[in-house]
Amino acid sequence: MIDFDFNAIIRNLPYLWQGMQLSLLLTGLAAAGSIVLGTILALMRLSGVRLFQWIGTAWVNFFRSLPLLLVIFWFYFLVPMVVQRQVDAFNSALIGFVLFEAAYYCEIMRSGILSISRGQAWAGYALGLRYSQTMRYVVLPQAFRNMLPILLTQTIILFQDTSLVFVVGLADFMTSAVTVAQRDSRLLELYTFTALVYFAMCYGASAYVKQLQKKIHR
Amino acid sequence: MRYNWNWGILFQDPYFEWLITGIEWTLIVSSLAWILAFSLGSLVGVMRTLPQRLPRAIGAAYVELFRNVPLLVQMFIWFYVMPELVPDDLGRWIKRDMPYPEATSAILCLGTYTASRVAEQVRAGIESIPRGQRMAGLAMGLRTWQVYRYLLIPVGYRIIVPPMTSEFLTIFKNSSLALTIGVGEVLMQARQIENYTFQGFEAFTAATIIYVAVTLVVVAVMARVEVKTRIPGYGVRKGR
Repeated sequence: MIDFDFNAIIRNLPYLWQGMQLSLLLTGLAAAGSIVLGTILALMRLSGVRLFQWIGTAWVNFFRSLPLLLVIFWFYFLVPMVVQRQVDAFNSALIGFVLFEAAYYCEIMRSGILSISRGQAWAGYALGLRYSQTMRYVVLPQAFRNMLPILLTQTIILFQDTSLVFVVGLADFMTSAVTVAQRDSRLLELYTFTALVYFAMCYGASAYVKQLQKKIHR
Repeated sequence: MRYNWNWGILFQDPYFEWLITGIEWTLIVSSLAWILAFSLGSLVGVMRTLPQRLPRAIGAAYVELFRNVPLLVQMFIWFYVMPELVPDDLGRWIKRDMPYPEATSAILCLGTYTASRVAEQVRAGIESIPRGQRMAGLAMGLRTWQVYRYLLIPVGYRIIVPPMTSEFLTIFKNSSLALTIGVGEVLMQARQIENYTFQGFEAFTAATIIYVAVTLVVVAVMARVEVKTRIPGYGVRKGR
């Protein structure tokens, strides 16, 4: 094979590490935000109130029929216009990710809530708990625990998806690698390295999720 | 919010034509990639259910490799790195003479990536068939390939029609990533319209409507196919 210049990678490790930190930060914030929003949407879909059900269903179907890239572009363009001032690409991307991924987390949480037997909720009501308390103390903790592996798997997908912020020039791991690759004309080295790093992280994380799944369903 | 609305811009020359070209590229790239994904994915999926250990391991490795690297990275590798890795003559041909290098790379990338997802569905479909059926086939004297040809594949594929629909929609949505290597699909055209006219609202709305419309059409068509291919009295009805 043609000369593979390891130095091109080593030289740029500190810069790439900064990008990785941004990727991880974006993943963490987006996952936290969209799990909360997704749970609210799931509760709306299961609420029995027609308006809420309609909103929840429409949200999920709408966002699931759009490519994430389009959503990223929308918010990159829309957010500064709505708030009438320049906004960091990070914030607009974060908003896009939360609204988009919430549709996917919603479906996970919904099946999680449905997997809890109805008797649990009835028992809560029989104890005199209100709807909010039954959900907060009885149903959601169990649903969350049952769905933890799937939530984590979705978060791994989210981590991979954060690479798409490349299109708005936000300096995450992917964008940093592309910047370095083009500046040093070391495409082969940098892209191979990027793929390896993503692979190692995602493969490791999904192996952990598999173990966790075994533990939960034992 | 100050904004000069101009919905008419979408129907003016050349912007209307750009959108049409974009739709064409999106459909071409997604359908060709789907053909590749479906055939390669079927092969890998079947390999994962074979009794021999080697094909199972190869199938599993394929799925893990493609599933754990972001699609965007794979897109860049197909477009920028592949020509360097293959033998010199082929690399030169790819760089100089290969027709539509961007679209071809995008199709290969989307096809091989989605194949790993299709493979998982095929495997799940075949594994959902009770083991007794495979054994019954073997007991009747069928060879392994005959068991697949006459038994597991006809039944398994009818089971996985619904998830296959969503895999097609995934490839359709993911085809938007082809813009990063310069394929002029819908989203690329929408962005170009925004750059030229500053009518981003209209341009992105057009792209949104196009994606939602195609999704609705595919879902409607596949709902009919699902009814036709459903195996009577087999399995539970889909929850969604």
